This record gives sequence, C-alpha cells and structure tokens, in this order.
Amino acid sequence: MNPVLEVKNLSVIYKTDMETVYAVNDISFSLEKGKTLGLVGETGAGKTTTALSILGLLPERTGQITSGRIVFEDAVLNELSRRELERIRGHRISMIFQDPMTALNPVLTVGDQIAEALELHNEEHLNKWAIEKKVEETLEMVGIPKERKNEYPHQFSGGMRQRVVIAIALVCNPGLLIADEPTTALDVTIQAQILTMICDLQRKYGTSVIMITHDLGVVAETCDQVAIVYAGEIVEYGSLLDIFGGGSHHPYTEGLFGSIPSLTGHAKRLQPIEGLLPDPTDLPAGCKFSPRCKYCTQLCRQKQPPIREQNGHQIRCHYTPDSRTITADAGTARKEDLE
Amino acid sequence: MSNALLEVRNLKKYFNTSAGLLHAVDDVSFSLQAGSTLGIVGESGCGKSTLGSTVLFLNEPTGGEILFHGDDITKMKKREFHRIRPRMQMIFQDPYSSLNGRMSVHQLIAEPLIVNKICHSKQEISQRVAQMMDTVGLASRLANAYPHELDGGRRQRIGIARALILEPEFVVCDEPVSALDVSIQAQILNLLMDLQDSMHLTYLFITHDLSVVRHISQEIMVMYLGQCMEKAPADELFTNPMHPYTQALLAAIPVPSADSRHKRRELLQGEVSSPVNPKPGCRFAARCPHVSAECCSGSIPLTEVKPGHFVSCLHCR
Ligand SMILES: Nc1ncnc2c1ncn2[C@@H]1O[C@H](COP(=O)(O)OP(=O)(O)OP(=O)(O)O)[C@@H](O)[C@H]1O
Ligand SMILES: Nc1ncnc2c1ncn2[C@@H]1O[C@H](COP(=O)(O)OP(=O)(O)O)[C@@H](O)[C@H]1O
Ligand code: SF4
Ligand SMILES: [Mg+2]
Ligand SMILES: [Mg+2]
Repeated sequence: MNPVLEVKNLSVIYKTDMETVYAVNDISFSLEKGKTLGLVGETGAGKTTTALSILGLLPERTGQITSGRIVFEDAVLNELSRRELERIRGHRISMIFQDPMTALNPVLTVGDQIAEALELHNEEHLNKWAIEKKVEETLEMVGIPKERKNEYPHQFSGGMRQRVVIAIALVCNPGLLIADEPTTALDVTIQAQILTMICDLQRKYGTSVIMITHDLGVVAETCDQVAIVYAGEIVEYGSLLDIFGGGSHHPYTEGLFGSIPSLTGHAKRLQPIEGLLPDPTDLPAGCKFSPRCKYCTQLCRQKQPPIREQNGHQIRCHYTPDSRTITADAGTARKEDLE
Repeated sequence: MSNALLEVRNLKKYFNTSAGLLHAVDDVSFSLQAGSTLGIVGESGCGKSTLGSTVLFLNEPTGGEILFHGDDITKMKKREFHRIRPRMQMIFQDPYSSLNGRMSVHQLIAEPLIVNKICHSKQEISQRVAQMMDTVGLASRLANAYPHELDGGRRQRIGIARALILEPEFVVCDEPVSALDVSIQAQILNLLMDLQDSMHLTYLFITHDLSVVRHISQEIMVMYLGQCMEKAPADELFTNPMHPYTQALLAAIPVPSADSRHKRRELLQGEVSSPVNPKPGCRFAARCPHVSAECCSGSIPLTEVKPGHFVSCLHCR
C-alpha cells in the first residue's frame, strides 16, 4: 500500500542574525492510510517544527527546510507554491494546535467559523442553507448542542473550544490530520473524551493522523506507529508493540520510561535521565544523546550512530543492550550536574 | 489525633464575584502527621491551589480552623503568627513568575533569610545559601546567574531552595513539577522525596497528575468543586476507588502500555459545573452515572467506610 505521507531526510533550521537553531535533523517516516503515527519527545525536540514543515507554515523569515522531501498523496509539498499549498491546507491536511484559542477567531461565532472552513473549500458547491445544516451536524458530531452555534469562543470552556477546533479541522474530511498536543491543556476526563472522539472520527472517515505529544500514555492509547524524537532526530521508531513491549530500546526511550511514576506498582525510586536537553544551536558531535547517556563511549562522542533495524523497529545507537555497558566516563552533562 | 502536625477543620474559602458567591473551598477537613505527604488531586478549578494558600493563611479563610501543632493560626495575634510563618512554606508551579528576574540565584535564595531577619552576618548568609544550593543540586558556579538564563528544572530548584532555606516543617507544593518535561520532572520528584527524608518535611502536595500523586503521597484526597469526594491511603485509593468521580478519574488516565490501544472505557460525560452558588446536594450529581433524587437534596457527609477510607457518596456504604 502506498503511504499517504512520506517524509524523507527532513532537516529544518531557524536562522537569525544571532544564531542558527538546528531544530530538525534528518527525520524520515511514512504514514499509511487510516493509521496514526505518534511523534513523542520533550519540549524542543522538534515535533512542532516537523508539523509546521509539512503544512508549509514555518516562519517565513527564519524557518528553512535545508534538505529533504515531503510527499503527500501525489504532491511534493515542499516544492509547491504558496497558493497550491493553501489549497491543500485546511482541506486535505488539517491541524489541531495545543491552545485552541490561537486557532479560533475571538470575534466570530463558532458556527460562522465552521461555515467559513466549509466555504473556503466548497467543492460540493453547497448553498447557504446546506452549509448551515452541515455546521449544525458538525457541532453535534463533536458533542456540542447545535443551539450553541451563535456563541463566541470565550463563552466556551477549554474542552469545548478544542472540540470546535476539531470540528473545523475535520469538517472538510481531510486525508491527514496533524494533532499537536491536542489535549495537553485539558483535564484528564476531558482529554479522554477528546481522544476517543478523534479516534472515532478517524475510523469513520479513514483519516490518517500524526499525533504529537509528550505523554506516553496518550501514545499507547491512540497510535499504531511511534517515533521517539530527541534533539531533532528520531532515535527510535517502531510499532506500538516495539516501543511498549519488553524488547530492546534506545537509552533515551529507556530513560523516558524510567522517569514516569507507575500507576500500578509500588513507589520505586524514579530513574531519571541526568542532565538537560542539548543546546540546539550547538548540538554535540557524534550521538546527540551522548552527554546524557550512561552507556556513552569515546565512539559515541565522535561518530554519529547508525540506525539499526530489525523487522521495522529502528534504533539509532552504536550499541545493542547486549553490547553496551554503563561507562565510568559517561556523558559530560552527568558530571556537570554533580559538580 | 492530638499529635498531628497540622489539622484543618471545616475550612471554607469563598470569593465574591460578579456572578455570585464562588465556593472555591467548601468545608474541607484533614490532618497531617509529621513527615508524611497528603496528595490533593482534582481537575482544573476544583480549588486545590486555593486550599493550599488558605491553609498557609496567604488567603484569609471564610470559615474553619487551621491547627498547627495544636494552635489555631486563624486566631493568632500578628506577632505570634509571624513567629511560626517561616515554618510553613510554599513551592509554586511556575517558579519563573514567582522569581524576581533582576535578582541572581544567590540573592534569590538569600532573600527569605534577610526578610525574616534570620541571619545577620553576610558570611553566615553566604554559607547557608551555598549549602542550600548544594542540597537542591544547583552547581555553585550558578550563584551569579539570573533565572532567565536557566531552564525550568533549575528554576524549580531555586524555588525549592527558597522554600527550604528557612528550614520549615510544613511545605505546600502546588504543582511543582507540572510545567516540567518528564525527564526533569523525575529529577525534581526524587529531590523532593530525598529532602523530605533528610529534613523531615511534611508535604501537602497539589497536582492534577494521578501517577505523580500516587508516587509521592501516603494519603490522597480527591477534590471536586471545592469539596473532598474521597480520601484514603494512596494504594487503597488506587486499588479500591469507591466514589464514582474517583473511579471515572482513574479510568480516564491514559496508561503507557502496549495493550491500551483502542481501549474502550466508560467516559465521564459533560464538564465541571460552576462553583458559583452551587446547588444543594452532591457537587458531582450533574455528571454522576449513579445519581438519584436523594443525591440532589441534602448535603452529603464524608463517611469513613473502612478504617482510613472516607467517601462522600450516598451510594457507597
Ligand atoms: N482570587 C480569586 N477571586 C475569585 N475567584 C477565585 C480566586 N482564586 C480562585 N478563584 C476561583 O476558585 C476556584 C478554585 O480555583 P483554584 O485556583 O484553587 O483551582 P485549582 O484546583 O488550583 O485549579 P488549577 O488546576 O487550574 O490550578 C476557581 O473557580 C477559581 O476561578
Ligand atoms: N520560530 C522559531 N525561531 C527560532 N527557533 C525556534 C522557533 N520555533 C522553534 N524553535 C526552536 O526549534 C527547536 C524545536 O522546537 P519545536 O519544534 O517547537 O519543538 P517541540 O514541538 O518538540 O517542543 C527548539 O530548540 C526551539 O527552541
Ligand atoms: S550511541 Fe552511545 S551515547 Fe548514543 S545512545 Fe547509544 S550508547 Fe548512548
Ligand atoms: Mg511543540
Ligand atoms: Mg492551581
């Protein structure tokens, strides 16, 4: 089956007079129809930048794709003109952002905003009445009574606003939905409602989804494939089972799991990753995780690790769990912390 | 319990708003033994932060008693209260907004000592600040750095140092790790637990993160619209949740394991209602799957259904 989206060797920088941020470094992945890919990582890992690159929404002055191809269905997105991209955006590809307020217009009623999205890409040539009808249907689909279509965003709670954003994102039945931390700002009971809704709608319409999150629980509940992102690179990639199963993992992935308190077991001491994310304007040579890695060796500090792959499960590390050992001279970040 | 470090009885905090009287904290009671942690969980707006700041008397309570070592601080004279103030401290969610950006790390950590007139000589201050920086894991080379030059984890270490330099007995931690990435969050949680052991601290730990609250607390209180719905020892609450709200909350947590995909669950419908002029009866009635006519009339008492396990629900007896 042909993938809906294929990102190949994507690198993105933000360049200002002062400095260059290496935000995305040689990221590749593909997404099949109707499937969900999770991009997981901590703040600054490059998740949002990847999403903005796909949508052609990088800040014009500073953001720049330095290499790579983004192929969506039959189009190479990073070679399209702005007008061609605009036609795809909001219609065949939609995005949901973390903060629903940034995506909503405060002076338009929610009904008008959904209608606007419909009119912008009105390929079925719906008339006013049909659009109004579709707006009401869409609101009910995301669990908002249609009587509330004449209210403004500020009259809604955070959860309801995010529902409106989802309604706008899905009203044109896009082939690809990019959800950037769609529930991070919401309470867990509302998060559960929203995630269930996204999954239900996805199944109904066969939408492909990129789910961006820092929450491994959200990934486990929604994704088919998972990419763990660190300092602009995918350090581990695989199926849900590859990532959450007991097999071998990248040291960073192990660190992430060691950092989350357990919901079931007894209070063990957490096993955090020492140190901090590297400075994105001055990334370490060799493995980007090496300053924080407890298995780091001379080789790691000098040479970029290769991707090892086994049945589609990829790990970017010089070593396997069998060939690595905890090293005394491990990462510099660790020593600095103890100093 | 006479040997409790802190005992809070029927605490209320109401705010006057244009829409009416907002019941932010409404009749909450608990007691805390020295050296233990009570976790407070609940969704946004349920009154966790208001509870924390009212217990510390940063807000004047609308009603109720706060006994610190048996003395009611709501009835204390100013002078007396100022004497015990340093023994009760607070750690905030976003240390950035609570730190003066023009002060260096050293100045920020020294400030409580100076304000409370605890140290007088420069040398003694320097010594205590250096010691505290070491305790919370801030490298000494950062003494002259400013908060904006530091990452969130280090800023939180400053917030912790400021709270602990006065050697308090009781600390309210209001979402101290919520703004941090998981790998940094784990570092700070370990630090807080180590400090609790070494300094014999008592925590009121506020969070909306259920895995964090289970990890750090001995006892947990679940709040909803200003009231306590359920209170139990941590393991008991997670293995045997009784209140329908607690059950829904636990069921809603996404679990990071391979068999979670497409897990179907009972979803809690609707959203939290308004805390302004709440209706009589159970605060959770509007969303409760087991609601009956009885639930909507009188007030629902918090009842001890098992030793140490308290529930506020007519249908859990
Ligand atoms: N100074 C104030 N004046 C009026 N209302 C207030 C004030 N402070 C808090 N409230 C209200 O009291 C209720 C409880 O707020 P509080 O901040 O304690 O909740 P919380 O549980 O800490 O929420 P969060 O998880 O969002 O931090 C809310 O409805 C809030 O709007
Ligand atoms: N507009 C911008 N200008 C300069 N740097 C940016 C900009 N947006 C993001 N960055 C930087 O790029 C890196 C990746 O950021 P981002 O894609 O937002 O990560 P994530 O979404 O994973 O948190 C970070 O170091 C961030 O500071
Ligand atoms: S390549 Fe070396 S430093 Fe990088 S993750 Fe593997 S062991 Fe650690
Ligand atoms: Mg982001
Ligand atoms: Mg709060």
